[in-house]
Amino acid sequence: MRGRRRLAFRAIVIAVAAAAVVAAAVGYLRTVDVPVLEPKGTVGLQELHLILFAAGLSLLVVVPVYALAITFAVRYREGNARARYEPGLEANTRVEVVWWGIPTLLIVVLSVVTWTSSQALDPYRPLSSSARPLTVQVVALDWKWLFIYPDQHIAAVNQLVVPTGTPVKLLITADAPMNAFWIPQLGSQIYAMPGMQAQLNLDATTPGAYTGLSANLSGIGFSSMSFETRCTSQAGFQSWIATVRASPSRLDESTYAALAVPAVNPRVSYYIDDATGLFDSILAKEQMMAAPASAADPPPLPGAVAARADP
Amino acid sequence: MIAPDIFGRLTWNALFPSELVTQVAVVSLGLVVLAVLALVTRMHRWGWLWREWLTTLDPKRIGVMYIIVAILMLVRGGVDVLLMRAQQATSVGTSQGVVSTSTFQQLFSAHGTIMIFFVAMGLMFGLINLIVPLQIGARDVAFPFLNATSFWLFFTGMLIINASLGIGEFSAAGWLAYPPLSELQYSPGVGVDYWIWSLEIAGVGSLLSGINFFVTILRMRCPGMSLMKMPMFSWSVLCSMFMVMFAFPVLTVTLTLLFLDRSIGTHFFTAGGGGNMMMYVNLIWAWGHPEVYILVLPAFGIFSEVVATFSRKPLFGYASMVMALLAITLLSFTVWLHHFFTMGAGADVNAFFGIMTMIIAIPTGVKVFNWLATMYRGRIRFSAPMHFFMGFIGLFTIGGVAGVMLAVPAIDYQLHNSLFLVAHFHTMIVSGVLFGDFAGVIYWMPKIFGFRLHERSLRWSFWCWFVGFVLAFGPLYILGFMGMTRRTSHYAVATGWQPLLIVAGLGVLLIATGVAIMLVQLAWSVWKRAENADSTGDPWDGRTLEWSTSSPAPAYNFAVTPVVQSRDAFWASKQAARRGALAPARVYTDIHLPRNTGVGPVIGALSFILGFAVIWHIYWAAAVALVVLILVVVIRTTGTDDSERTIAAAEVALAEAGGEVSRRVA
Repeated sequence: MRGRRRLAFRAIVIAVAAAAVVAAAVGYLRTVDVPVLEPKGTVGLQELHLILFAAGLSLLVVVPVYALAITFAVRYREGNARARYEPGLEANTRVEVVWWGIPTLLIVVLSVVTWTSSQALDPYRPLSSSARPLTVQVVALDWKWLFIYPDQHIAAVNQLVVPTGTPVKLLITADAPMNAFWIPQLGSQIYAMPGMQAQLNLDATTPGAYTGLSANLSGIGFSSMSFETRCTSQAGFQSWIATVRASPSRLDESTYAALAVPAVNPRVSYYIDDATGLFDSILAKEQMMAAPASAADPPPLPGAVAARADP
Repeated sequence: MIAPDIFGRLTWNALFPSELVTQVAVVSLGLVVLAVLALVTRMHRWGWLWREWLTTLDPKRIGVMYIIVAILMLVRGGVDVLLMRAQQATSVGTSQGVVSTSTFQQLFSAHGTIMIFFVAMGLMFGLINLIVPLQIGARDVAFPFLNATSFWLFFTGMLIINASLGIGEFSAAGWLAYPPLSELQYSPGVGVDYWIWSLEIAGVGSLLSGINFFVTILRMRCPGMSLMKMPMFSWSVLCSMFMVMFAFPVLTVTLTLLFLDRSIGTHFFTAGGGGNMMMYVNLIWAWGHPEVYILVLPAFGIFSEVVATFSRKPLFGYASMVMALLAITLLSFTVWLHHFFTMGAGADVNAFFGIMTMIIAIPTGVKVFNWLATMYRGRIRFSAPMHFFMGFIGLFTIGGVAGVMLAVPAIDYQLHNSLFLVAHFHTMIVSGVLFGDFAGVIYWMPKIFGFRLHERSLRWSFWCWFVGFVLAFGPLYILGFMGMTRRTSHYAVATGWQPLLIVAGLGVLLIATGVAIMLVQLAWSVWKRAENADSTGDPWDGRTLEWSTSSPAPAYNFAVTPVVQSRDAFWASKQAARRGALAPARVYTDIHLPRNTGVGPVIGALSFILGFAVIWHIYWAAAVALVVLILVVVIRTTGTDDSERTIAAAEVALAEAGGEVSRRVA
């Protein structure tokens, strides 16, 4: 009986402690941003729904496991002489079929969801929208981000400005070690690799300023590779374009060469881009770099080899 | 006149680390080593150390040495963690934290590498060495000398990675050194070369061990032990070693290609020049994913033994358990792409690998349910190993859920490379692998040394680990949702990450307390070993053959080769004896055991010179070491056959009557 009371006492202590910790955590999280759980774009929102669905489905396994583990541990503890002891019990086909079967069913369900969501949320898939998509070319540099707006003929360092409600098609590469482009509020990250062009389609539904960052280690300045993502109205976007166009700097070869020098550079800067095809030449340069130049060599590839063709 | 480059890239300056933290680390490491050397000298134990331990071919002693190295490396990797946690808890806003970014990046690269290759692998191979031959009723492993060689290659890898602390620098490219960051263009120093050669050498050791134990289990089981009567730990090791044989060659080749890129200017993985970093990422994970299961299956095996023994019941669903092991073994080679869903593969490819990954959850879930069913209608003793098992169930289930979530590519797009991922794999490896290995060490310790560990302090240690783990990694799951990426050395105040990182730091301190309790307890138990001595050879009322021989197990394991008729053979024989059945008469015969040899340590020393010389581009020394190494191996393997010693039947009889067999090299 004493053992029992001690057990109950311990259970209460553990439950109270756990509740206190959870309450403190929830209380704290209400005071800060939790980007993945508070998405500001359709991609991030769908991904949040998937996260909640998968977590919910998992409860169907977690709850029985916890319940069985705690029940059996308490009931069949050595001190409990009243519990039945069956030293020969070693198999039961029926129950084993159940616990091969139920997880299999859950995984079948989740597999279907996986298949469809992988298609629907494929980063390369253009978002369906009546608005004309905005194309932005993204270059991960040591240790800063360069955003080129080929249709607006402008470029910005460490600042990405997009209008809300407009699909954004990001073409992403690196002139640096591999990085990963990630704006948690908008959803989906993708690797930025030198010599390769990845594609990411996102949009923003709510105006605001969100932090984007590199999610893959790229050297000493890696942690400083955050950039501001400003999601604004169409009018705000147009006025931002005008601001950038007023910049005295042009994104020519020498400006780019200076930008590409490895340095921690958290500042925002603006450039006029004279449609020099800089993005394509960065891709081509990375592919050809270190290859011996000779007359017999084929000319550099036009454009670049994409990591894969568009769907 | 000596050419200036006789020492390659190695200069006087490389010997003096610039940062205070590193200096302190080097000095304290040096003092510890000196203290140990002084102690051995003072106690006149050098001869004993060489004859009884360093030259041994006894897998039990080799196993002990693996575990000692693993424990030392757990402390080293743990100190790395303390510094990393201190950095992330303080490096916010205007504060730059306690270490430089460069040191921080070396810390996390070293932490991951050391914990996987020298702690988890060390504990695993240690336990395999200790127990597998005993459990299958064998006197030795299939290739005893190869086994010692494996250990010394493992030891050399460990020395090389620790040498980087004082001589030069370590890699700052993460524990898997993705190119092009790890290529010469971006990492011109010796750090990545230290990483490559430490793993190259240790990895060859692992491969040789894999072959050795695979053959041992298939060929050296005692009469009557069919595969389906084999204890579950041995089954899990068989599966794990199968994976080692197929996975580790991939690692060796991948590292070699990276080394060629860095040394002779090839372009396998470079940015440009026809190189492709995606190939490296595929290759490294084609090794890396099976590696996870290589580590966790033996731990599953340990839990199977522990649950059955402490529930006083046979393992539930033995055939299911074997099927689950085989399923995991095969599936583990079909999921590697889930480590890089965000690399831009097509939706179909990502979905395929996501679904394959989830399928692994099925056999894993079955194993969990079978363990729980083993407890059902048992008489459960909650000794320390059982504590670690319950902790494993509690944490592993959560980690598994996180894993299934990450297996959905579209979820991974949002959580990849975040601290959610870091929390997930630490949950799997700490609760799955480490807790399992701890349970194994505690469970089998009496068999190896003849005394038990101090039960109460082990339970305290468990609670420190468990609560510490929840505090250390709970915040990390949340930080993933908050958008914090792994390997971040500095962040802004506005992120709101700091309070959670401070909690995580406190959790790590609690875990460190758990480790400290373990170590003090270990010393105490050794000191008071007479009080905790186990004279029966069977302190837990065990079920499998290793408990049928005396403790500590004699060099020859079994005086008379056991013959088994059923699973849990020792349990069955105890039941039979209780019913009054007579034990079969014991007829002793001469026993042949391999003679100790110093060739293992010599191979280790030569590989160290080879690795160290290549790292620093001292090519003449590397060439000399390589030639001598090949000569030593050729001479050893083709030389005259005087490698065995014989223990006469009479001597065995005397020992079994209570005497002590001389371990002297006769």
